[in-house]
Amino acid sequence: MTTTAPTQPATRRLNTSKAMVEAIAQEMERDETVVYLGEDVGEYGGIFSSTTGLLERFGKDRVIDTPISETAFIGLGIGAATEGMRPIVELMFADFMGVCLDQIYNHMAKIHYFSGGNVKVPMVLTTAVGGGYSDGGQHSQCLWATFAHLPGMKVVVPSNPADAKGLMTSAIRDDSPVVYMFHKGIMGLPWMAKNRRAIDVVPEGEHLVPSGKANVVRPGTDVTVVTLSLSVHHALDVAERLDGEGVSAEILDLRSLVPLDREAILESVGKTGRLVVVDEDYLSFGLSGEVAATITDKDPSMLKAPVQRVTMPDIPIPYAHDLEYAVLPRQERIEAAVRRVLA
Amino acid sequence: MSTDVSRPAPVPAPTDAGSPAPELPDDVRARLYETMVLSRTFEEAILREYHADKGPGFDIGKGLVPGEMHLSAGQEPVAAGVCAHLTTDDAVTATHRPHHFAVAHGVDLKKMTAEIFGRETGLGRGRGGHMHLFDPETHFSCSGIIAEGYPPALGMAFAFKRRGTGGIAVAVTGEGAANQGAFHESLNLAALWKLPVVFVVEDNEWGISVPRTASTSVPSNAVRAAAYGIPGERVEHNDVDAVYAAAERAVGRARAGEGPSLIEVATLRMWGHFEGDAQGYRADLESVSALDPIPLYETRLREAGVLDDAAVARTKEQATEKVEAAVAFAKDSPVPDVADVMKHVFAEEDR
Ligand SMILES: Cc1ncc(C[n+]2csc(CCOP(=O)(O)OP(=O)(O)O)c2C)c(N)n1
Repeated sequence: MTTTAPTQPATRRLNTSKAMVEAIAQEMERDETVVYLGEDVGEYGGIFSSTTGLLERFGKDRVIDTPISETAFIGLGIGAATEGMRPIVELMFADFMGVCLDQIYNHMAKIHYFSGGNVKVPMVLTTAVGGGYSDGGQHSQCLWATFAHLPGMKVVVPSNPADAKGLMTSAIRDDSPVVYMFHKGIMGLPWMAKNRRAIDVVPEGEHLVPSGKANVVRPGTDVTVVTLSLSVHHALDVAERLDGEGVSAEILDLRSLVPLDREAILESVGKTGRLVVVDEDYLSFGLSGEVAATITDKDPSMLKAPVQRVTMPDIPIPYAHDLEYAVLPRQERIEAAVRRVLA
Repeated sequence: MSTDVSRPAPVPAPTDAGSPAPELPDDVRARLYETMVLSRTFEEAILREYHADKGPGFDIGKGLVPGEMHLSAGQEPVAAGVCAHLTTDDAVTATHRPHHFAVAHGVDLKKMTAEIFGRETGLGRGRGGHMHLFDPETHFSCSGIIAEGYPPALGMAFAFKRRGTGGIAVAVTGEGAANQGAFHESLNLAALWKLPVVFVVEDNEWGISVPRTASTSVPSNAVRAAAYGIPGERVEHNDVDAVYAAAERAVGRARAGEGPSLIEVATLRMWGHFEGDAQGYRADLESVSALDPIPLYETRLREAGVLDDAAVARTKEQATEKVEAAVAFAKDSPVPDVADVMKHVFAEEDR
């Protein structure tokens, strides 16, 4: 993890949403071109507390409630960015990308290339992802592979409070468009099942985590679990449990799909020879295939066993609790996959 | 650049200008009242079941009815007034706040309740949930994505017109959703092709926490209809009789092949945007219960001699019976078999 000049040892614990907001506030303090736009980001403070307190601090000219017009206000962010501002624009749920995707992938993501590098789009698109609370198939998807598949935008996905802060700070300062996807289940919200690591130590002051640097959250020697976001926590639970059986699992938190830290994947699998990919996005044509290909493109003989993929299957996310939990990549399925790859 | 928005008092649109409530036949008014009572009774039961088991504190994912819950209490006049003109051969595409329209359009209460409880006997076998109710028997559907029920309504109307069924489609959005591209594209296309559609906008003044005056450049969506060359009418005061009258005109036009119309109703979101919404952004909450359209209408009907104590009691009892039967049905129904979770993605997997 890259941390620039922490002034004192960090011991303060924040939940992920507060850590994210802290990064935004610090950057808004530092750079007056930073503004935050989106639905219910003002007085409400963001449906998933992505902007709590920012309106009170920075006022209505910088923390701006928009109409429910994603094409218009995401496009507005793009235009403002090309004119030198650093807008952060929130798409309330990643699932809603359909109504505004053209602005995202044909404009935000392509202008820099089309201009031969002459026009920059220093914009952050924030969006909530993930299921697990029966919100149904239009409000529970991750869809990060869709964004990652379309070239020209970076895609980062924090799994913990410190990374939420560090990745946000880097995203705001990045001259390229960055899609910043936060899982509702890691935000530490009072009204959702909390995972115990949603509140953790966050460095004070300036803290940057660059995009494209994976993090070994748990070193191990027998099997590599490559994952991200909420699934990191599920994988850690499984690793802790299997530790008692003498299985040493290494867990790699990707933190970023674009750029993808292929080196870190290769290094870890080079050591363990076994790969499990855990991804809350869909199975086919997605992240798990990409991670597996990272190994096979380089040297399939690195693998002592076929790669195991634990993902959302290719079905719309079901509403009923039992059905949803049957398809989410949770502890049971991860543990089974680890056992399979070790068998 | 300033994005500061002033928040003036809502301006009534010129189209209605406080026209007196029309005199509807007694039996029509009694039926409108019954529909509203049934819808409210249903939602009160859902509210009860939803909050029954959310754990200590409030965990949105817990309980018999997990997930987000958007209830429509206060908006019953819109659904009752519009759906009174429809049969189950007509289509309704509703929003993320769909129950009042589903009830008013005659969606089977048991199957709907079972869906909300995530049961195999539900409208979508527990796959859809409360924002994704699909009922081919009544041509009812809804969507959790804002304004995205508008375009399919055009297609339903198109199919009815082609087949000569005489059916029409009613598409519903909130006033917040009327700022989506899909809304404007749909008005244009329906007008251009003279499709038998009635566009309904429920103006409850709030898009979650954002008031209409901060989201919408015109005081009424009724005036936006003019941009597409179709009639637009705004109904004030959440008045079910006036909604009924406006819908009669719009439905009549659609059935006569004269094309689409738009009706906006000034209505009332009595409860939070979703359950668990503390509504700290709202300053008018104290006045809300006095504006509850159901007791107000009840009083009016009593004064007009349409209802008496016995009729009111009977209506409420019947509603309660139906609703409690639906809740019992849902609770007694099996949860879906996890082994079937991969089924129904494609048509050949239906069985
Ligand atoms: C495309 C899209 N953007 C945003 C949302 C999130 N959202 C759900 S309901 C809502 C407010 C809707 O307001 P309105 O249309 O006035 O309907 P109401 O909730 O008041 O009935 C928003 C922003 C969504 N579901 N879909």
